[in-house]
Amino acid sequence: MNKAILGTKVGMTQVFTEAGVAVPVTVIEAGPCVVVQKKTIENDGYNAIQVGFGEKRENLFNKPLKGHFEKAGVKPKRYLREFRLDDVATYEVGQEIKADIFATGEKVDVVGTTKGRGFSGGIKRHGFHRGPMAHGSKYHRRPGSLAAKGPARVFKGRKLPGHYGVERVTIQNLEVVRVDAERNVLAIKGAVPGPRGGLVIIKESVKTR
Amino acid sequence: MNLLKVVEEGQYKEDIPQFKSGDTVKVHVKVVEGNRERIQVFEGLVIRRRGGGLGETFTVRRVSYGVGVERTFPLHSPKIDKIEVIRRGRVRRARLYYLRNLRGKAARIKDIRK
Repeated sequence: MNKAILGTKVGMTQVFTEAGVAVPVTVIEAGPCVVVQKKTIENDGYNAIQVGFGEKRENLFNKPLKGHFEKAGVKPKRYLREFRLDDVATYEVGQEIKADIFATGEKVDVVGTTKGRGFSGGIKRHGFHRGPMAHGSKYHRRPGSLAAKGPARVFKGRKLPGHYGVERVTIQNLEVVRVDAERNVLAIKGAVPGPRGGLVIIKESVKTR
Repeated sequence: MNLLKVVEEGQYKEDIPQFKSGDTVKVHVKVVEGNRERIQVFEGLVIRRRGGGLGETFTVRRVSYGVGVERTFPLHSPKIDKIEVIRRGRVRRARLYYLRNLRGKAARIKDIRK
């Protein structure tokens, strides 16, 4: 991975190409991020940069965190994430990362946390079919048979109702449609996991390397 | 500022005339043939306007050679050169799907009374 940036999802809209095709895009407020710490093999056993992003009231930070930011000489940030980049050497503590690291037409992967759906049944969670709703049917949205009778137990991994959502998901190979570094805006083709305002990580696509 | 607008701005058309369901319009559509572009006119009755913002679309219905043809256009599409309003019709609903089942005289719509 050569480059990555943090952002928050703003929402979806569409963009017309010159040919008149409407392209669905997700608008992301990406950056400006700031490098807070550099992790090195000598010190930490691996190479990475730690990046801060977003605003939060000063009095919401505890003392250890404030000290951590003070050491880097940057304003405290809401989110702290690490990127294990190939060339950590090109980054300095305090350096800003802006949306213009990506160019129009580039492919990216976007990581987000999906919307929480609570305890959901098999139909919503796994795409099961439901039974007939009428004609005397008493079988509507239940999970159905769990397995054969012989083993006398349910195998592990059986798809059943349970907690759904709030899961880290990566969507690969999305196209960057527009970049506005001045206003820190990225428009990325297609949908991106998470609610509006949710944190997303945009990184170089693994498929186009 | 709303960052969605940052992406959307500049794409909205400002020269769109006011029209609604029941109106008869001429839609001038840019058509690319090979490497040259020409303008094709599609005239008919607006039977629906849906959506809002940049994604708003409208559907125009016409009967050509006895076959009903409906085309849905994105209102802000750059492929639309211009929209002309020919007649303003008086209708009592927003979606005129009932016209699909009517033909000839029954499918007429009265003009708005001034």
